[in-house]
Amino acid sequence: MIINVARKELQSLFASPMGWIILSLLMLAFGSFYLQGVNNYFEVMSGAIRPAERVGVTIFVGQTVYGIASFLMLFAVPLLSMGLISGERKSQTLPFLFSAPISLTEIVVGKFLGLIIFLSILVVYILIMLSTLNIWSDIDFGYLLSNSLGLILLAASFSALGIYFSSLTSQPIVAAILSFIALFALMGLDKFFGSQPDHWFGYISLMKHFQSFSRGVIDSKDIIYFILFITTFLVLTIRRLDSDRLTG
Amino acid sequence: MTEATLNAFDLSRQFGSNYAVRDVSFHLNQGEVLGFLGPNGAGKSTTMRMLTGNLAPSQGGVKICGIDIIENPKEAKALIGYLPEIRPLYKEFTVNEFLNIAARFHNVKSSYVHKAVEAAKEKCGLAHMSNRLIENLSNGYQQRVGIAQAIIHNPEIVILDEPTVGLDPIQIREIRKLIKEIGKKHSVILSTHILPEVEMVCDRVQIIDKGNLVFHGSIEDLKQHRLGNKLLIGLSKPPTLTKLKAINGVEKIEKDEHGMFIIKFKDKYLPAEEIVYLASKENWGLYHIAPHVTSLEDIFVQLTQIQTLDNQKIEVKKT
Repeated sequence: MIINVARKELQSLFASPMGWIILSLLMLAFGSFYLQGVNNYFEVMSGAIRPAERVGVTIFVGQTVYGIASFLMLFAVPLLSMGLISGERKSQTLPFLFSAPISLTEIVVGKFLGLIIFLSILVVYILIMLSTLNIWSDIDFGYLLSNSLGLILLAASFSALGIYFSSLTSQPIVAAILSFIALFALMGLDKFFGSQPDHWFGYISLMKHFQSFSRGVIDSKDIIYFILFITTFLVLTIRRLDSDRLTG
Repeated sequence: MTEATLNAFDLSRQFGSNYAVRDVSFHLNQGEVLGFLGPNGAGKSTTMRMLTGNLAPSQGGVKICGIDIIENPKEAKALIGYLPEIRPLYKEFTVNEFLNIAARFHNVKSSYVHKAVEAAKEKCGLAHMSNRLIENLSNGYQQRVGIAQAIIHNPEIVILDEPTVGLDPIQIREIRKLIKEIGKKHSVILSTHILPEVEMVCDRVQIIDKGNLVFHGSIEDLKQHRLGNKLLIGLSKPPTLTKLKAINGVEKIEKDEHGMFIIKFKDKYLPAEEIVYLASKENWGLYHIAPHVTSLEDIFVQLTQIQTLDNQKIEVKKT
């Protein structure tokens, strides 16, 4: 049943121009940063004489593309997640889901999964794009995979938070703005505590946990952090929808 | 006796301190169309939302074919098809896409989805609209999609909340026909505030006012309330009242605001023939004779007012 809900959500993302536009704009952005990365590589590397200054092409181009990808997701995900529940509230379609034999958990997880499948199109696209470097050089696939995993976990966390804010209001735009602000704050928490890198407050920052993935390190600590983050917001969303049923 | 497919007992719902629905108990038999009547804000929609598991009742419960909707919501919901007052349509989809989703959400087997969608479209007269976006359909057709969505999984019970609101007369007739059709196979609960509609499509009726059930019975009971033993006659040269009263079986005579006579007669008498005979013989100028029907509106007002009076009495007693 989760799959059915996810399928409906995907169908509805692709039924409106919104999904296509965001998808194509992001692909355009990633493509141009990829191209720029490749061009810069030769310029920079020809200037770097000492061996210590030289980095591999995977890391050089990958850093550019994944860096911009994680940043752009910050804008894209709230736009995609805003309508997930508030849109249904606005068009009064929630009773359709509530009166079908689907549990609230299935509804929320299904919607979340639908969005993740949509976002993973982008992650796979980036992976394929960077893999083309392999045609003329030897690239580090481990680095790409760890970055992809990090990016999908990051996007999933954004989505979970986005769904939660979407369940709070019946105005999709309000949901988008709220989740954008919340994500922006969460991303930059470690920057506020730049002088104390080990402060616990900085530890909540999403970006801090993405950083190890972007270095090519898959740390179970970070994976657990993201999973906890996602679960928390999904559970909050389910609770919010349940209170709809209880209080009317 | 036919088995009850739906049982609601002591259903109550409070919003803050006021009751939207209070101690409503009723049951629905198999293959029956139950009309749920009440003025705006009487608690019809709230009751229906509780029946379908969209709203948790403050007290009481609902059993669908013996399955409690609060304890086993999934099993119970699979047996219900529900069309809320504001139809829940995803307008960005075509009719086919939407019905496919509805079928899958209601546990229709994937090999059977296509068949179910075709059957529902056939029943609701939507076959030629298959690939149109729901957004571009007229009001009446959107309503049909709403109904198709509610019957797609062949549920035991179909619950329709004001299905004919906002439609034109022809569409209303078609939708009513459709509801009658559905009522042959499924049990239907239909809410409305249009009174003649109840008489046309329902087998049984219950009237709710201010959250309380004020009347429930068969449609015949309601008709009995309406007809009474009354004749309405119009005479252009009326005789004296005593002359009319002398007719066999006449109990009471009233004059209405248009100068017509309402003649109440005793049971087992029908003085129509004698009236016509006398009228032509004595030249009363008879221009109208028909059974006098109390309008449903009047009964409705009567029933709801009785309730209000009762409530007032209770409150007086309390203070």
